[in-house]
Amino acid sequence: MLAESLALSAVLFVIGVIGVLTRRNAIIIFMCIELMLNAVNLTFVALSRFYGVAGQVFVVFVMTVAAAEAAVGLAIIISLFRHKQTVNIQDINLLRG
Amino acid sequence: MLLQTAVVAASHPLANSAAQYVWLLPLLPLLGFLINGWLSIAGAPLGPADPNMVHPAEHDTHGEAALVSHAEDHGAVGDDHHAVKRHRFAGIVSIVGPGVLVLAFLLAASIFRAMLGVDMSHPFIQTYFSWMPAGDLKVDAAFQLDQLSMVMVLVITGVGALIHIFSIGYMQDDPGYPRYFAYLNLFVFFMLVLVLGASYPVLFVGWEGVGLCSYLLIGFWFSDKANADAGKKAFIVNRIGDFGFLVAMFLLFANLGVLDFAGVNAQAVNLPAGGPLVTTICLFLFLGCAGKSAQIPLYVWLPDAMAGPTPVSALIHAATMVTAGVYLVARSSVLFSLAPAASLTVALVGAVTAIFAATIGLKQWDIKKVLAYSTVSQLGYMFIGVGVGAYTAGVFHLVTHAFFKALLFLGAGSVIYSMHAAYHHTGSHEDAQDMRNMGGLRKYMPVTWVLMWIATLAIAGIPPFSGFFSKDEILGAAFARAHGSPMSEATWLGIPGGVILYLVYFLGLAAAFLTAIYMTRMMLYTFHGPNRSGAEEEKHLREAPWVMTGPLVVLGVLSAFGGWLNFPPLIALGRPERLASWLAPVVADASTRLSGSAEAVGTSTEAMLIGLAVLIAVGGIAYAFTRLKPESLVPKRESPEETGFEKVLVEKYYVDEAYDRAIVTPTYEVSKNFLWRFIDNGLIDGFFVNGIAKLTRGFGWLGSRLQTGSVGIYAWVLVAGVLAVLGAFTRR
Repeated sequence: MLAESLALSAVLFVIGVIGVLTRRNAIIIFMCIELMLNAVNLTFVALSRFYGVAGQVFVVFVMTVAAAEAAVGLAIIISLFRHKQTVNIQDINLLRG
Repeated sequence: MLLQTAVVAASHPLANSAAQYVWLLPLLPLLGFLINGWLSIAGAPLGPADPNMVHPAEHDTHGEAALVSHAEDHGAVGDDHHAVKRHRFAGIVSIVGPGVLVLAFLLAASIFRAMLGVDMSHPFIQTYFSWMPAGDLKVDAAFQLDQLSMVMVLVITGVGALIHIFSIGYMQDDPGYPRYFAYLNLFVFFMLVLVLGASYPVLFVGWEGVGLCSYLLIGFWFSDKANADAGKKAFIVNRIGDFGFLVAMFLLFANLGVLDFAGVNAQAVNLPAGGPLVTTICLFLFLGCAGKSAQIPLYVWLPDAMAGPTPVSALIHAATMVTAGVYLVARSSVLFSLAPAASLTVALVGAVTAIFAATIGLKQWDIKKVLAYSTVSQLGYMFIGVGVGAYTAGVFHLVTHAFFKALLFLGAGSVIYSMHAAYHHTGSHEDAQDMRNMGGLRKYMPVTWVLMWIATLAIAGIPPFSGFFSKDEILGAAFARAHGSPMSEATWLGIPGGVILYLVYFLGLAAAFLTAIYMTRMMLYTFHGPNRSGAEEEKHLREAPWVMTGPLVVLGVLSAFGGWLNFPPLIALGRPERLASWLAPVVADASTRLSGSAEAVGTSTEAMLIGLAVLIAVGGIAYAFTRLKPESLVPKRESPEETGFEKVLVEKYYVDEAYDRAIVTPTYEVSKNFLWRFIDNGLIDGFFVNGIAKLTRGFGWLGSRLQTGSVGIYAWVLVAGVLAVLGAFTRR
């Protein structure tokens, strides 16, 4: 049972990573990051069956942080859109040194 | 100051006498230096450099407003008409400067009296504190009082006090009056440290200190570049000698493990006599002596040192500092006696220097240059003395030379002072030191004339004046040791020592002949014949004030009767060999080691030697009187250029030019083109400093290329990094 759960979370995580690396729309990248977070959550829950309740506590924390991150991240994306009229990350290089 | 006294000193017979205040001897001039130096600094903003700032009332309080001249002033040839104002602190400086020297001399005299009464077979050593405790090296700040250092202390403080008093008159109107006395006091302090130090490092402190003061005083009128250059030349040439001294100290420490005189003397006798080690040490020591005492090849700085004020030439460059090398050889007599080859070198270098400098002295026109080359020549005599192991004779000549050469220099100072005053009066810019501009001064300066003749007869070696006895003793010792002594059996570069010593003797004799000639020449051209200074100037020539002539009289008496210190047994005018028996505890063993049983020559031989020496001296004076015609001389500006060998002598054998071509210019060129342009600019600046900066900037540029600002690439790099880290962990 555990093996299947971990395999699923690994698949989900890799899908998230591939999404972050390949997609260009900031919103979708953002969603892929959420997917990676939730893949990790699944691992925590699966392992908490064997190692105690701490994993489930972590999941609650991760979801809280993810909620805060979603609020801040979406706000950034909106202000970015207002500034540049696009959410395509290839057109944005404000971090250039 | 008396932090701790060595236990041995407490049991010494001098422990509770005046000798326990020996530390006060150098401290008095140091105090004078501090006071005069402070006055010099404090007086600077209002000093006479700006005469308008001096309040008229201030000027009157120091009196002597009638003084018509200012001191000899090479530095301001175009500035002959500046206002004559005494320094505002001149009064107190005139008391403090010479005062500390007189006090020091009185203290030295009372210590001498205390030493006369006790058995002084061991030196009186006072240890004040531990100076350099570093591993095996332990050097104490300690003073050593023995017969040799006492002789030097008496000469330094006695002649020094007279020259300080002379300076009151000579330097009276100089704007740097307190500075002058501050330097002079500092010099005496270091000189006393030099002769009182109980170990080579303490001696070296004084040795370097007197070099510093010499530099400061040669360049006293530093606003003239030639004077500043002369100071630098003296300093740099002396550094070459000091390198030798340092190497000798390193060798002593590496092989004996001690550096104090008592320890070195005790352990040196265990070294293999005549071996390469002790010879090397002595030769390096002698390199230091050659620098300080102006011997070939390092003599070139002394004639240039005449750029300083004349009393400085008398004190530092004739009577005391330049004899430090002779003192060092006498102080290291145990070492030198173990190295006959090194001693032969000393004697030979001394003899060659004596004759070489004497020939140059024959054709100099500057009165101070004649005396400068004469000093080099006489120092050569002293080195003959200490070189052949006649340490007493060398020190004896050191003492008598201090008397008559100080007298000659101060007399020349009086002449220059008088000439300068006359030229100052008429606003002439003629050279006040050139003998071609003098002549007939006997009429105007009778006292100086008589006294300088006494000194001339003394230096020429006419009995019964002091120089005769000391010079004769040196030549006699060289002759006596040339046959049948351990020294004559040693070899020097394959030449038997006996041959060298005979050569030394004849060179010395020839130099004595030349000495008589050039000194008589100087007297004839300066004091005899018609006056060549100019009709208007002639009216203003007069004797210097008594504050200057007084010290001359004292020195005249000493020059005349200085020979009483050490009569040869042959001429029994008093107790013979006083100085020899006084110095015996310090140098007798070493002296005997070199002379063996050859010390005594027969009475008839000795009488013959003395007769020959007198004949030579009288012959030289007679030759000068018959051949030189002061009547036919013309003033400097009308004199023709010399030709042939005379020109070579006037130009001092072109040694300065040769050194310039052989050493100075190549050094300069190598420094400029290789060290500066290649090493410094090219390698260090170009490659190391700027090269590393460029390299760093290049890496920075490469790094900046990674910063594209594109989040996608950052994400790729991040994932690649994570994979790499995970991979590294899992591979384990």
